[in-house]
Amino acid sequence: MKMIVAVIQPEKLDEVRQALIDTGISRVTVTRVTGHGRQEDIDLYRGQEVVPDLLTKVRLEVALNDAFVEPAIEAICKAAKNNGGKIGDGKIFVLPLEKVVRIRTGETGGDAV
Amino acid sequence: MKTLGYKVSLAVCVIALFGLSDVGLAQSTGEVADKVISDAGEVNQAGKLVIDTGTTAWMLVSTALVLLMVPGLALFYGGLVRTKNVLGTMMHSFVAMGIIGLSWAVVGYAMCFGETTLGGLIGWNSDYLMLSGLDSGPRALYDIGGGLAIPSLVFAMFQGKFAIITPALIAGAFAERVRFRGYCLFILLWSLVIYAPLCHWIWGGGFLTGYAIDFAGGTVIHISAGVAGLVTALYFGARKGYPRTAMHPNSLVLTLLGAGLLWVGWFGFNAGSSVSSSLTTARALTVTQIAAATGAVVWILIESVHLRKATSLGLVSGILAGLVAITPAAGDVPPYGAVVLGALGALISYGAVVLKGKLGYDDTLDVFGIHGVAGLVGAIGLTFVLREVPEHGLMTQLWYQIEGALVSIVYAGIMTYLLIVLIDKTIGFRMNEREESAGMDHVLHGEHGYGLLNLN
Repeated sequence: MKMIVAVIQPEKLDEVRQALIDTGISRVTVTRVTGHGRQEDIDLYRGQEVVPDLLTKVRLEVALNDAFVEPAIEAICKAAKNNGGKIGDGKIFVLPLEKVVRIRTGETGGDAV
Repeated sequence: MKTLGYKVSLAVCVIALFGLSDVGLAQSTGEVADKVISDAGEVNQAGKLVIDTGTTAWMLVSTALVLLMVPGLALFYGGLVRTKNVLGTMMHSFVAMGIIGLSWAVVGYAMCFGETTLGGLIGWNSDYLMLSGLDSGPRALYDIGGGLAIPSLVFAMFQGKFAIITPALIAGAFAERVRFRGYCLFILLWSLVIYAPLCHWIWGGGFLTGYAIDFAGGTVIHISAGVAGLVTALYFGARKGYPRTAMHPNSLVLTLLGAGLLWVGWFGFNAGSSVSSSLTTARALTVTQIAAATGAVVWILIESVHLRKATSLGLVSGILAGLVAITPAAGDVPPYGAVVLGALGALISYGAVVLKGKLGYDDTLDVFGIHGVAGLVGAIGLTFVLREVPEHGLMTQLWYQIEGALVSIVYAGIMTYLLIVLIDKTIGFRMNEREESAGMDHVLHGEHGYGLLNLN
């Protein structure tokens, strides 16, 4: 089992979700986050350009059985990319997942994912 | 003598407050009378008009109240859109105060309230260009009958607020999907090409003046804005993802506040349209209150039955539907008529909003469903609840009402369509998909509505 953590552009959320659903993955946790990679952005404040230190992003967490990991990565990459790829499109982290428990039934492991 | 009476009663109040004697009252009254005569220093050619200070004061208040509706509208619309579009949407209302506020002073007033010209098509009077003829001289006083007048500038500013809010209303139909510069050009041209002629025809002495009853703007404002909204919503097509994706309002709290300000402002809108401080003013104010209240109650009753829940958005939608429905009728129907029109306005608008969902077009904030439909209900329905049956009979009046509504629908519909095509094909109007999904606030204005995520 793996946990995929993907940080993407907020406006790409709908497309990424749709791409995941098309791959058969509908269970996902989404959080609004701020952070910084290599992208720079500009806000306007009374005529002055200001560069925010931290940029608004969206983080998706998806728990997956091993067979779904590669298709999910592929789907996210494809959907989150702006015009063939731009700085700031985001990143995907894949982490090992030790245990999953469904609270309602107490099921564990692959069945609970 | 209304003026004198008003002054006297004001003086009596002041004196009572300070506990002065009867002698003081007599002296004070004498001074007041002198003041009225000196106020009348500015007179028209005939030399008879006197400024009615009571009416002038109320018209100044009304002018401010109607302007208050524009930030009210900004809050109402701004609260209903998604977080990423809140500023862009509020800008639509606020920028109208700038653009139309300016164009009205330059040419708008002349086109609406100038002398009928071009075979009745439009008003024009070079004296009114830049309001220069109203600042002083024979046209500085606006005759309100009975030898009384208010400063023409007050009338021009009052009417100017209507010109501002009407195109701002339309913005709700294509919220969340248009570019700012296209919108700016749109409201400027819309107010000159569509609002000005309609206003002139119905209020400014054009061919419908004196026929169709349109007390405070059912035909000129709500029907024309509603139809323009429908045409633009159909032309632009739906927002990306509509209607499958849930598009949550960023803050219904703002929407409720906005609706409250609209209700307050509407007293200036309707009762100010009497251009007097009289029984008609009181009647207009009273029916405005009753119709709004009825609309609110009827809408949540329908929801309670239909959805098993009364919603806050439903409540304020009912308030708006009631207010819109009473607007054309405000001076001419008795209180029971306000109940009838408020209830019908809410009922039929509710149906129109449900029908929108079934037909699948995306009038984002229901400009047609509420303003267009309730405007029609008021304009036509008022015939059946008039305080006095007109001399030419109800059926003739009904025809005048339908004629006024039809003129507004056809003219506003066709011209709005031509205008959007023109703007869309030249400087561009609708946002592209990427811009739309990123949201208006950052893409168009470089800003964010809320700072909740700024950790730095």
